[in-house]
Amino acid sequence: MLYIVMAYLWAAVLLYVLMGGADFGAGILEFFSTQKSKDKTRNVMYRAIGPVWEANHMWLIIAIVVLFVGFPVIYSTMSIHLHIPLVIMLLGIIARGTAFTFRNYDAVKDRMQVIYSKTFMYSSLVTPLFLGIIAGSAVSGKIDLNATGFVEAYIFSWLGFFQVAVGVFTVTICGFLAAIYIIGETKTEADRLRFITKAKHMSIAALIAAALVLLAAFKDGIPLTHWLFGNPVSFTCVILAVVSLVWMWVSLFRQSTKWLRIIAGAQITLLLVAITYEHYPVLINLKNAEGLSLLIHHGSDKSIRALAIALLAGSVFILPALFYLLYSFNRQEEPAA
Amino acid sequence: MDDFIAARSQMALSLGFHIIFSCIGMIMPFFMAVSHYQWLKNGDPVYKNVTRAWSRGVAIFFATGAVSGTVLSFELGLLWPEFMKHAGPIFGMPFSLEGTAFFIEAIALGFYLYGWNRFNKWFHWWTGVVVGVSGLLSGILVVAANAWMNSPAGFDYVNGQYINIDPIAAMFNKAWFPQALHMILAALTATGFAVAGVHAFMILKRKNVRFHTKAFRIAAVFACIGAILQPFSGDISAKSVGERQPEKLAAMEAHFKTEAKAGLIIGGIPDVKNETVRYAIKIPGALSFLAHDNFNTPVTGLDAFPKDSRPPVAITHYAFQTMVAIGMLMLLIAVFYFFTLWKKKKWLEKRWLLKLFALATPAGFMAVEAGWTVTEVGRQPWIIYGIMRTRDAVTPMPGIVYSFYIFTAVYFSLSIIVVFLLYRQVKMVGQLYDIPA
Repeated sequence: MLYIVMAYLWAAVLLYVLMGGADFGAGILEFFSTQKSKDKTRNVMYRAIGPVWEANHMWLIIAIVVLFVGFPVIYSTMSIHLHIPLVIMLLGIIARGTAFTFRNYDAVKDRMQVIYSKTFMYSSLVTPLFLGIIAGSAVSGKIDLNATGFVEAYIFSWLGFFQVAVGVFTVTICGFLAAIYIIGETKTEADRLRFITKAKHMSIAALIAAALVLLAAFKDGIPLTHWLFGNPVSFTCVILAVVSLVWMWVSLFRQSTKWLRIIAGAQITLLLVAITYEHYPVLINLKNAEGLSLLIHHGSDKSIRALAIALLAGSVFILPALFYLLYSFNRQEEPAA
Repeated sequence: MDDFIAARSQMALSLGFHIIFSCIGMIMPFFMAVSHYQWLKNGDPVYKNVTRAWSRGVAIFFATGAVSGTVLSFELGLLWPEFMKHAGPIFGMPFSLEGTAFFIEAIALGFYLYGWNRFNKWFHWWTGVVVGVSGLLSGILVVAANAWMNSPAGFDYVNGQYINIDPIAAMFNKAWFPQALHMILAALTATGFAVAGVHAFMILKRKNVRFHTKAFRIAAVFACIGAILQPFSGDISAKSVGERQPEKLAAMEAHFKTEAKAGLIIGGIPDVKNETVRYAIKIPGALSFLAHDNFNTPVTGLDAFPKDSRPPVAITHYAFQTMVAIGMLMLLIAVFYFFTLWKKKKWLEKRWLLKLFALATPAGFMAVEAGWTVTEVGRQPWIIYGIMRTRDAVTPMPGIVYSFYIFTAVYFSLSIIVVFLLYRQVKMVGQLYDIPA
């Protein structure tokens, strides 16, 4: 039962990165669009993500609920030592979720639209940046449970070159996922080409950010290369991800978009497998202490069993409905007026 | 302001904000479904317009409720890590089920909002009903989790250890049913009065009268059903509180001394120092009767509890009185409205009736906030009643005051924007839905 719960936690994180990430990316792409093409970009994106918009963010709720019901010690440790980045991320989530909806549903389209758009774009950058920082902090081993000073306990736990680099990398990945996702949703050739170009730019940005992460890890003394290349599974994943990058570029340059979503999804999945396989069963590395393991710091057996059953039962309802939602709004025909 | 008070204030603010949006998100889909049904059955396009207008409102409220709910699931840990460390696995069951219900709600809402003319019309209607049903389920589950804090169950507390955990027993604690029932009826009444009030106001301004009249009638009927049922549920709740948390009931009633033939105190200023209530109307024996169905049965007073385990009396008492007073007013309006529907149809067009509803627009939500204050402040100083004190659960991180200021600013501005958006929605009804006035 514990393994089922862990699998769900992992899957929820992956799905949030993929679907929520593409969603954040929509705002990032809007941010980096030229003033002229902003409206076009926005319209295509709105049509693509509108119906699935709310559902994309439910994965975060699932992940956090699994964490606090199943692994309360890990949840409360995170809540204490990563309080500040979590709050900033939450403020981003509030700003983004409301601005997106308000922009669409404001009955009068006037200068307020500019405010909604600005809020949406900036929060689309800030939220994944801090999600990345939080993820980076979980692995970096800078969280010090014995720290006494405010700065040592609550700032250095997350503010560092490595964590920020992971944050930037997350932002670029979101932009990349969004571009790839939206290519398949475009209706005109011009739009399609525009998003192919965006995908190229974003993949290059992601590579640069990845290099930054490696550099930061080296500088901060985090054994990232050891994690990624030190065991056969992670090693294979990283190699596969890099190889598929070549395939993806070839596809992008040939404008053959058939496999793009699958390749991009696979790349992110491989990266997540690589990093989690190495750390399993530890979820949070600590400074000068044993990391917090999922196998040790879990709730009572009965709680885990109840949680697993709730998750399995929930899937029976959620997954078919979600697939049908995605399927319905992916069909090409436009609604009759 | 010290960090502990700041943390409590931030939590109260977040819940007080979220509760409005979740109430509307729970109830509005049913109003929509009724109006939508009328359109599908009778083909009156005004009903279609009402449905579409409401669905835009729901989208705004749902988005705001979803983000404020997400924030809460983190705030539980950010502000009360020690509480969540122990309570998470015990009272987590409703939250894990709520995850599913909320997810389904989001999916169904996607279908509903973007599904006009895309699907079979009854399938489309049905997705709207699913939004409401799953929203209602979410509400019940979250309240069940809160009820556990009032009525801890499903574990044994031995030497500071939480053992023999049973999440199912925790979910079905003694308080879950009365609290969930009271909350749902409150949501129904509050949303109904708020929506009916806005439409009544527009009719008074003679704007798009046909549109607003149809909308008003649907909301008013729901509101009045809720207002009439609520006192019964309130009675169940009060008896349940008296049985489980006698000091909370005592604080609600400002009942200081344990006595037989306990009197019901109406109004008044509680004087905690001297343990009396000044300037109050007292109905002898009434409290005994309300709490125990017998005028002579003794009712436990605050004096039965050590001073450091008593809830703040004044806030709890005022909030309770406010809630009951508003509830009674809404009950009167409701009874009167049904009498009008039954015997005096011609009054329905009268301006004074509409004025009454327009005035009552915020009443339900004021009662909801007051009631929520009663249940939360009345549980103090405990976060888990009788087990863990709120003060022992708070985060060790200093500087929560600043976090409180930031969230206050954010929620305050969000409230203003939402009101502004609604104002625009209502103002634009004529242009958006192309209806002759």
